[in-house]
Amino acid sequence: MITDLAVQGAQMLLVLLFAPLLTGLVRKVKAQLLRRQGPPVLQPYRELARLMRKEVVLAENASWLFRVNPYLIFAATWVAASLVPTFGTGLMFSWSADLIAIIALLGSARFFLALAGLDVGTSFGGIGSSREVMIASLAEPAMLMIVFTLALVVGSTQLSTMAGVLLSSEVGLRVSLGLALISLIMVAIAENARIPVDNPATHLELTMVHEAMVLEYSGRHLALIELSASLKLLLYISLIACLFAPWGLARPGAEPVALAIGIASYAGKLAVGALLLAFFETAIAKMRVFRVPEFLGAALMLGLLATLLLFVSKSL
Amino acid sequence: MTVTIALSCVAVLLALAALAPAMRGSPAATPIVYSVALVASVVSTLAALGHLVGASAPASVTLPLGLPWLGAHFRVDALSAFFLFVVGLGAGAASLFALGYGRHEQAPMRVLPFYSAFLAGMNLVVLADDAFTFLVSWEFMSLSSWALVMAHHRERDNAHAGYVYLVMASFGTLALLLAFGLLAGADGGYAFAQIRAEAHAPALAGLVLMLVLVGAGSKAGLLPLHVWLPLAHPAAPSHVSALMSGVMTKVAVYGFVRIVFDLLGEPAWWWSMVVLALGGITAVMGVLYALMQHDLKRLLAYHTVENIGIIFIGLGLALAFKAHGMAFAAALALSAGLLHVFNHSVFKGLLFFGAGAVLTATGERDMEHLGGLIHRMPQTAFVFLVGCAAISALPPLNGFVSEWLTFQAILLSPQLPSWGLKFLVPAVGALLALSAALAAACFVKAFGVTFLGRARTTAAERAQETDRFSLAAMFFFAALCLVAGILPGAFIDALAPVAQSLVGGRMPVQSGVEWLSIVPIAESRSSYNGLLVFLFMVVSGTLAAFAIHRLASDKLRRAPAWDCGYPDASPATQYTADSFAQPIRRVFGTVVFRARERVEMPPPGDMRPARLTVEVHDLIWDALYAPIAGWVAFAADRLNKLQFLTVRQFLSLVFAALVILLLVLAIWQ
Repeated sequence: MITDLAVQGAQMLLVLLFAPLLTGLVRKVKAQLLRRQGPPVLQPYRELARLMRKEVVLAENASWLFRVNPYLIFAATWVAASLVPTFGTGLMFSWSADLIAIIALLGSARFFLALAGLDVGTSFGGIGSSREVMIASLAEPAMLMIVFTLALVVGSTQLSTMAGVLLSSEVGLRVSLGLALISLIMVAIAENARIPVDNPATHLELTMVHEAMVLEYSGRHLALIELSASLKLLLYISLIACLFAPWGLARPGAEPVALAIGIASYAGKLAVGALLLAFFETAIAKMRVFRVPEFLGAALMLGLLATLLLFVSKSL
Repeated sequence: MTVTIALSCVAVLLALAALAPAMRGSPAATPIVYSVALVASVVSTLAALGHLVGASAPASVTLPLGLPWLGAHFRVDALSAFFLFVVGLGAGAASLFALGYGRHEQAPMRVLPFYSAFLAGMNLVVLADDAFTFLVSWEFMSLSSWALVMAHHRERDNAHAGYVYLVMASFGTLALLLAFGLLAGADGGYAFAQIRAEAHAPALAGLVLMLVLVGAGSKAGLLPLHVWLPLAHPAAPSHVSALMSGVMTKVAVYGFVRIVFDLLGEPAWWWSMVVLALGGITAVMGVLYALMQHDLKRLLAYHTVENIGIIFIGLGLALAFKAHGMAFAAALALSAGLLHVFNHSVFKGLLFFGAGAVLTATGERDMEHLGGLIHRMPQTAFVFLVGCAAISALPPLNGFVSEWLTFQAILLSPQLPSWGLKFLVPAVGALLALSAALAAACFVKAFGVTFLGRARTTAAERAQETDRFSLAAMFFFAALCLVAGILPGAFIDALAPVAQSLVGGRMPVQSGVEWLSIVPIAESRSSYNGLLVFLFMVVSGTLAAFAIHRLASDKLRRAPAWDCGYPDASPATQYTADSFAQPIRRVFGTVVFRARERVEMPPPGDMRPARLTVEVHDLIWDALYAPIAGWVAFAADRLNKLQFLTVRQFLSLVFAALVILLLVLAIWQ
């Protein structure tokens, strides 16, 4: 009981600690690929600490919701991130939300973020929110189709069970899983506001979505929003790792050695994920906002196709 | 016992409807009517809840009313008790809300008598146990609600709304009348017990299903019969809108479930496909229509269409599983659908109350004239936000639970042997996911444009917080949204007798599961714990706030908005409801609504402003209703000549009709 609780607590702290590091790593690799030196990997921590110490400059028109939202968004994202298996399966509270619920939790975070964009009543906030919900309205169904595909292969929507079954040799290579992986990567890119859907590094007015919504935030509020964004990126990489590369995951009630292996392999997977993301983002150009529906529509169709294949035959 | 209590409550409501006109002119009329309605609703709700939780045996009563050889049969079984509970809960909260809201009514006598008659009608439909009583109550409910729609008959468009509603309601009742006629057969066995005992031929049963889909579906708002709903629901006073949208559509769902699951016997394999396809299309189209609206109450009414679609997806899945003998999966799907019935009645009631409070405070329903109300009406804003989050299926609130259960039911469907279903169910799943995501977008818009940002008009600037009764009703529903979201196990268990009696199976008992989780199938398969998710969110949020305020900084300074350095003082520069929906309109609307945007850019030197015109078509209205209306007008024009015949011509016409009828009869025999 106590050990279980400690492992669960360790997971919660681990995701919180790794999240800024992951963002720093992606930025560093991207800079290196562009032959720039780039900020140190630990820079995001310094930024967070600085933002937290600064005073909040609140727009005159901002309501209580605007001040509560960063905490709500952070809480929803953090809870979601701590429920995805990172270094081990069968965590103490892993059954409290299955994959559908985790996605819905991220949906809650987005709902409140979009409201925050509208709260001050500026045109930038509005443009960000309206585009964000348009992207979400396509990304979320695609995500659910991916969940359906995986759940049909595995017979469960419980992430621990899913990782356990996928880790065993009984599943093997399947067309539907391949389609689901491609679709999941496309959704993850859109959900995390990465290139080619959105650009996390820009403040160019007409290209931004996520940054436009959070334009009015400052100080500790902004720190929490940035931390939530890092957590979300970490969550998606952990999700892809736990479903499509579940090697090294510690089983429930594992020895400390297995846990250590789990943590080491998890760190390795995150690093690989960061590298691939940085390569991808450097190699591709940002697309126009109204091209995004085609991109996500493709993800939705891939997910639907994968689900249909499984409805037709269990072995595809 | 329950049936006696429920009927006494109905009698009280009917007496109230009859007595209300006697109190004309008295200022006490409004509080008296609404308090009596409140008490009667609370009593019937508690009785129904007792029946449901105690899993009591069905009880029936026959009163010497109605047809002399039939009498009026009333019966309460698990299904009736559940819907009696939904009706009573909605009616009680609406009465409480109206204790405050009703004071602003200009002509209370246009509302009060019909209000209690409407409540009585809804209760009677749920209690009826023979076709005659059912149809009379159904029509009673329709007509009293029509009178309520026409309460503000001088307002623009309300007369049109009332007219369309009346036509659609009569059409729906006609379909139900034919359905019951087919069910009762030539001998006229109108009691439900007789209908239930009889075996129905497959072709006849299929025809009845279609008629019920038209009859109950038009009342519930299934596409393409939904057209009256977004017109009529917003036209009524807001507490009646809440009842019509939250409760009366559920009475229609009751009619569907009663006939198709109970009276019609074993379903054929293709029934579920019709219901599923209609449900999926209704869900997505309802929310897309809602996204295009900027009238707050009309947006909510279109959302009812969406939620009816979600409910029918659950019911369709239950039919599919039942037809293939999978009782357990059918129980899961049916419970999901019925739980959504309850959930929707709660949050839709809450949202319409909120819209009513906004209407009282500002006199505006158009979101483009609102904005910034969170500063003026913080409590209404809070409860409205809870309702928005619940209807958008966000955890840990209640809307998520029923949609989650529906998804779980969809994931059980690959085991279905029929190929048609194998292709249809995943597509319906995608439609359900799409509608859930679009609903969240729509409520970001509804809440954001109405309550957030800066006030767009002086009416919105001067709004005042609403009265205590209205707030009490709204806070009650908001609390229910949370309770049903974090403790769904109790609600699922209460639905077990309903599922047992209709599909012959039940979901596992949830009350014994550790930590109050819900486990629809098996723990290794899926589980959800709203309570823990809620607690985790509260704890981590507070922890973060506490740590940051203590250890880092808690300083705060107010300053003008930043807006990339170019803040504009005019509130007109904010995003509006229409501009917010523009990206989604471009993505979906170009096909679904044939939406076209035209930019008129004057040449350089011309001082006229540039204009953006958006053209949106309602294709269902254009393709289905406009031609029918055209034909009717055409026929009416031609038949108009009959009004100006001489007496001799009239008499020969009557004679010819008589001869033809007798000939038909002779050939028939």
